Amino acid sequence: MENAISVTGLHKSFGRTKALDGLDLQVPAGEVHGFLGPNGAGKSTTVRVLLGLLHADSGDVRLLGGDPWKDAASLHRRLAYVPGDVNLWPNLSGGEVIDLLGRLRGGLDEKRRNDLIERFDLDPKKKGRTYSKGNRQKVAIVAALASRVDLLILDEPTSGLDPLMEATFQYAIQEEREQGRTVLLSSHILAEVEALCDKVSIIRNGRTVESGTLAELRHLTRTSITAELAGPPNGLAKLANIHDLKVEGNRVRFDVETRSLDEALRQLTEVGVRSLVSQPPTLEELFLRHYTAEASAK
Amino acid sequence: MTATLSRAEAAVAPAHELAGTWHLTRLALRRDRVILPIWIVLLSVVPASSVNTFTQFYPTVADRLALQAGANANPSYALLYGPPFDLTTAGGFIAWRMCGFLALLTGLMVVFTVTRHTRAEEDTGRAELLASAVVGRYAALTASLLVAGGASVLTGLVQAVTLVGAGLPVAGSFALGAAEALVGLVFTAVAAVAVQLAEYSRTANGIGTAVVGAAFLLRGAGDSTVDARWLSWLSPIGWVQQVRAFAGERWWVLLLPLVFALVVGAAGYWLLPRRDVGVGILPPRPGPARAAASLRSPLALAWRLHRGPLLGWTIGTAVVGAVFGSIASGIGDLVGSSPQAQQIFERLGGSHALTQAFLAAMAGMFAMVASLYGVQAVLRMRGEETAIRLEPVLATSVGKLRWAGSHLVFAFFGTAVLLLSGGVFMGLANGLRTGDVGGSLADTLTGMAVQLPAAWVVVALAVAIFGLLPGFSAAAWAAGALALLLSLFGPIVNLPQVVLDVSPFQHPPKLPGQEFTATPLGWLVAVALVALVAGLAGWKRRDVG
Repeated sequence: MENAISVTGLHKSFGRTKALDGLDLQVPAGEVHGFLGPNGAGKSTTVRVLLGLLHADSGDVRLLGGDPWKDAASLHRRLAYVPGDVNLWPNLSGGEVIDLLGRLRGGLDEKRRNDLIERFDLDPKKKGRTYSKGNRQKVAIVAALASRVDLLILDEPTSGLDPLMEATFQYAIQEEREQGRTVLLSSHILAEVEALCDKVSIIRNGRTVESGTLAELRHLTRTSITAELAGPPNGLAKLANIHDLKVEGNRVRFDVETRSLDEALRQLTEVGVRSLVSQPPTLEELFLRHYTAEASAK
Repeated sequence: MTATLSRAEAAVAPAHELAGTWHLTRLALRRDRVILPIWIVLLSVVPASSVNTFTQFYPTVADRLALQAGANANPSYALLYGPPFDLTTAGGFIAWRMCGFLALLTGLMVVFTVTRHTRAEEDTGRAELLASAVVGRYAALTASLLVAGGASVLTGLVQAVTLVGAGLPVAGSFALGAAEALVGLVFTAVAAVAVQLAEYSRTANGIGTAVVGAAFLLRGAGDSTVDARWLSWLSPIGWVQQVRAFAGERWWVLLLPLVFALVVGAAGYWLLPRRDVGVGILPPRPGPARAAASLRSPLALAWRLHRGPLLGWTIGTAVVGAVFGSIASGIGDLVGSSPQAQQIFERLGGSHALTQAFLAAMAGMFAMVASLYGVQAVLRMRGEETAIRLEPVLATSVGKLRWAGSHLVFAFFGTAVLLLSGGVFMGLANGLRTGDVGGSLADTLTGMAVQLPAAWVVVALAVAIFGLLPGFSAAAWAAGALALLLSLFGPIVNLPQVVLDVSPFQHPPKLPGQEFTATPLGWLVAVALVALVAGLAGWKRRDVG
C-alpha cells in the first residue's frame, strides 16, 4: 500500500530565505508519526505544503495518492487539520465553527462531536473572541476529530492545553489510531510524542536529520556511565566515541556512544568494578542533541 | 504616616498611569512613518496649490462676481462645498471649495490612526504584550491621541504656512489652518470614545467614520436649505466653514471645536478604566451551540462576515439618498435674487435641468462611495488570510477560487446594492416632492446604473492587487482614494484632462440630463473584467499566507 504521506527532496524558499532544503518524510498509512524539530526548522512550512497552501519549489510530494497542490479540494475531503495558531471568527460561536468546518469537509460524526465537546469540557456557545488560546485550540481539535477522515494533520495541537486536556487529547488520538487513521503530529511535548508516536522524523534547517522509531533513535545516541573502580582507570581516554570523561581517583564518569559500549565496559572490568550506574539517554537529551548545530554538522 | 503614604501614592499614580507613553508614541510614529506623511502632505498642499488656478480662471472682478452669482444660483454647490461667503478672492474661493472635504478627510485620517494604535492592537493581542511591560493604563490611548492630534495640528500649520507662502492674507490662512487642525482634534476625540465603546477595531472604525460622515451630511443639509440653516451649527465640519476664513474671520467659532474636543476626549479617558483590556463597553453576547442548517458553504460563511457591514452601508446610502432626493427639486428655489444669478440660472436650463444635473452629480458621488465599500469587501479576503482564519477553511474541501468567489459576490453585488438603495430612496424622495415618482425613480436608477461599471473598475483593481501583489493590499485603498481625489479636486487644481481621465468616474454619461452612450460603459466593464481575471489567476497560483 502506498504511503499516506510521501515527500522526497522538498525545497521551498521565501525570497532569499530557504525554509525547506531537501526535506524527506514518509508516513505509511495507519501510522502515528511524530514530526519534530526546533522552532523555525520548517515544520509548519512542510504542513502548509502538504495542505496545498504553499506551492513547492521542487521535490516530489504525494498525499493520499494525490498531488496536494492540484487536487487540494478533493484530497481535503479525506483529511482534517488542526493549526498551531487557531484564530476564530469573532462573531461565530465555537459550536458554529465546528459544524461549519465539518460540513465544508463533507460531513461530521454527530455522536463523536457531542462526545468530544463533553470530554474537552468546551462551551460551544461562546463567541470566537471570548475563547482563551487553549479553548480556541479545543474548537479546532473537536472540529478535526469529529470528522470521518483518513488522515489527521496536527501542527502543535496541544500547545495551549492544560495537563488534564492534554491527557484527554492523547486518549482521543489513541482512539483514532485504533480506527486505523494516519496521524502526522508536529509537537514539542516529548511525553506526548513518546506516548503516541510509532515513529518520528526530526528536521533541522529544512532537512530531515533523523527518522525512525524512538528505540532506534535512542540506539544512535549516548549512555551515561558513572563507576567506582578497584584502581585508577587506564585506557579509557584512548577509546573512540567516549565523551566528557572525568576521572577523580578511582571514580570515573563519561558518556559513551552505543556502538562502543562493549569496549568501554571491558576496560572497566579489567580494572575491577565496585559500583556502576548506567543511564540511557533521556528523550530530552536525544532531542537536544539533534536540535543543536553540532549534531547536524556530523 | 498613612496620610503621607497616600499622598505619595497620589503623587506617583498619575505619572504611573501614563508610563511608557513616550515609547508608545515613538513606536506609533515608526509604524506610521509612510502613511501619515502621505496623508499630511496630501491634505496640506492641496489648498495652496489651487491659488493659481483661481487667478487663471477668474482674472477679473467681473469673473469673480459671476462665479459668486453662479454659486448662489445652484444650492447643490452649497450642499457639496458649503456656503459661498466670498468668492471674489482666492482665499475665499479655496475656503469655500475645500474646507468641508479637507475636514472630512482629516477626520478619516485621525479615526484610522487612533484605532490602529489602540483597539486594533488589543484585537491582535499585541496590547497585552505591551501592557505587561511598564506601560500605564492610559499610555496607549494617550500615545495614539498625541500622534493623531499631532498630525492634525501639523496639517493645519502646513496649510496656513503654504497659503501665506502663496501670497494669501495671514489672518485668513491661519484661520483656515487652525479650523482644520481643530476639527482634526474633534474627530480624534470622537475616535477616543469609539475605541472604548466597540469591541473590535472594525466596529470602532465604523463608529468613527459614521460620525465623520454624519457631520459632513448634517452641514450639507443645513447649507443647502433655507429654513434649517441651524443644522450646520450642529456639525464640527460646519464650524470649520463658519469660521469664515478669508471672508471676515470669526475667531470665536474656533472655541466650539476646542471645547468639544476637550469634553469628548475627557469622556474617552473616563470610559477607559470602566472596561477590561480587549473588551468593549458594549458587551458580547453568547451565540448558538449549533450552526444553523444553512451555514454549510463558503458563501454562507461570507454572508455571515459581510452582512453586518453591507446592512450598515445600505441603510447609510438609503438615508443619504433620501436626504439628497428631498433637496433636489428645491434646488431652483434658492437661486439668488440678483439679476445676474437669475440669468445664469436660466442659462443652466432652469429648475428642471438643474435638478437633473444635481441628481447626476449625486449618482457619481454614490458610485465613488460604493466603490470604497467594494474595496473594503475585497480586502476582507486579505484580512481573513493574514488573520490565519483562511487556512482551516482551505484545509477543507473548499477550493481557492470557490472561496474567493463567495467573497467577491459581496464585493461586486454589494456595490450594486448600495447604488440601488441610494437610487431608490433618492428617486422616491424627489418623486414625492415633484409628484412624479415613476419618472423620478427612472431618472435616479438609470443615473446610478451607468455609474456601476466605473465603481466595478475600482473594485476589480482591488482584486488584482489582492491576487498579484498581496503584500501591497493597502494600495487598493490608494487606488480608490486616487479616483475620488481626482474627481473631487482634479478640476480645481487644474489638472489636464488626460490625468483626470485616469479616474473611471470621469467616463460614464451623466444621467439624467445627458445623452446615453454605451461605448464608455463597455470599456469600463472590459477593464474591470481584465483586472478581475488577472487577480483571480494570480490568487490561484500564489502561496497562501
